[in-house]
Amino acid sequence: MEKHVQLPLTEELAKTLKAGDRVFLTGTIFTSRDAGHKRMCEALERGEELPFDPQDATIYYVGPTPAKPGQVIGSAGPTTSGRMDAYAPTMMSVGARGMIGKGVRLPEVVKAMKKYSGVYFGAIGGAGALLAKCIKSSKLVAYEDLGAEALRELYVEDMPLVVIIDSEGNNLYEDGRAAYLEQQK
Amino acid sequence: MREIHVSQIADVIEKLCIEANEHLPSDVKDAIQDCRACEDWDIAKGVLDQIIENYEIADQQNVPVCQDTGMACVFLEIGQDVHISGGDLSKAVNEGVRRGYDKGYLRKSVVADPVRRGNTGDNTPAMIYTEIVPGDQLMITVGPKGFGSENMSMIRMFKPSAGLQGIKDFILEVVETAGPNPCPPMVVGVGIGGTFDKAALLAKKALMRPIDTEHQDSYYAELEKEMLEKINQLGIGPQGFGGKTTAIGLNIETLPTHIAGMPCAVNINCHVTRHKSEVI
Repeated sequence: MEKHVQLPLTEELAKTLKAGDRVFLTGTIFTSRDAGHKRMCEALERGEELPFDPQDATIYYVGPTPAKPGQVIGSAGPTTSGRMDAYAPTMMSVGARGMIGKGVRLPEVVKAMKKYSGVYFGAIGGAGALLAKCIKSSKLVAYEDLGAEALRELYVEDMPLVVIIDSEGNNLYEDGRAAYLEQQK
Repeated sequence: MREIHVSQIADVIEKLCIEANEHLPSDVKDAIQDCRACEDWDIAKGVLDQIIENYEIADQQNVPVCQDTGMACVFLEIGQDVHISGGDLSKAVNEGVRRGYDKGYLRKSVVADPVRRGNTGDNTPAMIYTEIVPGDQLMITVGPKGFGSENMSMIRMFKPSAGLQGIKDFILEVVETAGPNPCPPMVVGVGIGGTFDKAALLAKKALMRPIDTEHQDSYYAELEKEMLEKINQLGIGPQGFGGKTTAIGLNIETLPTHIAGMPCAVNINCHVTRHKSEVI
């Protein structure tokens, strides 16, 4: 199903999204990958606040190329989500419900998604030029020293995504492939 | 003896880094379009359309096709009658990479130490592969290598008794294990023979060869075709959402090996398979 989704990703909204849905996402998202997640989880462990409000937030696993003069952002496609698996349940436990990336997730992440009504969206890996066109603004929030891995706030319009894993744990990687193979029989 | 100044080498590498990252080679574009025409699964068609739209935007606007602009793999085929003058060749290569990644607004993705990390800030050092060949020319190929796919690559030291079947099973095992992670549709580079290290190098070189070419030995050319077909029966599909198009190309490179061994390496690339060459 094709759906236009307006953020923030409330629990109610998250529950309406199903694995395999093609989604056009509009609203504010935050960027972070390996090094940023490590810092955020260490901050939470020390009892500190995160540099952004995680409640109902969506995090895009991306390290964009530098913006050329006149550009909002450089190419900005997803990175492999599995490297954030160690941190994702902690992030969900403080309210960050949406994740945008690509690639398989560990069972622990899916378990946390069921518990906190999380949604895992896939963006097309390797389509950085196309995805950059949906990003209308970009603002540095924290961790500037991490360069491409810094924490940024983005405003996206109609970002083309697919729900890979929904809040009930349904998984397009498993179901989509199985359906295709079944049809080939 | 022909003299080539290092500054000329740096200039060419600077240019190749930018061009390789912004413009996919025609063999890769053609293969993606051919696969789109043959794809029969709805969601897969949609993904391939976005992939095509993406490289068209990159072409028109001169922006990187993918944000992972890679480690710069630089292949130098140096004619034995060439004298490189004016300084250190490795320094010149890294100077070219530094300038290319700066001027081209490409991402700096290299850390100075594999364990202690720390971004070098300019995407150097490059991975430099030199080969001495006959002649008085210098052929430079820049192949930016993203790590989403590099991380899914594998090598195995087979016993000769494993035979052809062992190789076939291994190639499928690597692709199956990679699944959605390396941004399929993939390009698969296979290196068979040589030593532990040479097999891996062959697999990387296989990725640099255009995918509309075949192995000169018809035995391996047939194997390339057969394995591409088998991979595209796995059902992983574009991005792993299901579909026919799991790989758009598969190249094999081979070398003689020892009586006791049969090394095989499989190097995975995504659909953003980038390489650009120039002869000086």
